[in-house]
Amino acid sequence: MSRPRVEPLVWLMFSGGGVMAAVFLPVLVFMFAFAFPLEWISPPDHDHLSAVVGHPLTLLFLLGMFVVLLVHSAHRFRYTLYDGLQIKAKRTVAVLCYGTAAVGAITTVVVLLSAA
Amino acid sequence: MSTPRATEVRVYNRPMSTWWWTRRRTYFVFVMRELSSIFVAWFVGFLLAFVYSVGRSEAAYQDFLDWAATPWVVVINVIAAAFLALHVVTWFSLTPQAMDVRIGGQKAPAAAIIASQYVGLAVVSAFVLWLVTR
Repeated sequence: MSRPRVEPLVWLMFSGGGVMAAVFLPVLVFMFAFAFPLEWISPPDHDHLSAVVGHPLTLLFLLGMFVVLLVHSAHRFRYTLYDGLQIKAKRTVAVLCYGTAAVGAITTVVVLLSAA
Repeated sequence: MSTPRATEVRVYNRPMSTWWWTRRRTYFVFVMRELSSIFVAWFVGFLLAFVYSVGRSEAAYQDFLDWAATPWVVVINVIAAAFLALHVVTWFSLTPQAMDVRIGGQKAPAAAIIASQYVGLAVVSAFVLWLVTR
């Protein structure tokens, strides 16, 4: 039996993350990076946001989204280092990229649970 | 120590400049598109900081908004948003090549697939905006 390969799963998560980054990230960035801090739109009050962020559905959605975004980012950056910057220490690059994504995923779980 | 071998295979790797992608516009856009990954990760961190602050207290949320309005954060966010826009446009443009969408046995035209994604983006954006600001 051949060893199960992780590569197809990573590519799948890369694609999922690419879709999330293209469809969901722009509006979140518009609101939280620009519109609310710079007061283009008056920021929603804390109680409302707390209710939205603390809702189990939001928590599950954000968890899924952040994790695939992190894998997407790690996977793409890995190939940027290989092909763009011609770094050939392949194993080290892969471990660093996916390792960072894994640490990010754990941080995501901790942060989301703290806000629930 | 490695054991000595009878034959040693040597592979010739043609040297390639680190800056190969600056020579052509299409290569440059390709590498910029790939670099959008860093900024996607930045926004994940940024949004997590927002969620964390909301989870802590009203004062922490206000501190987050003040921090996010400081010039250097705004500058990073503007650069990051430009890379995100590049990701969105290139991602949508590539979808017809990555997916074989068929409607009634007919291959859907690429322009229709690309346009429908922008409609999806608009619908999702309107919904999220409504959910957060209502």
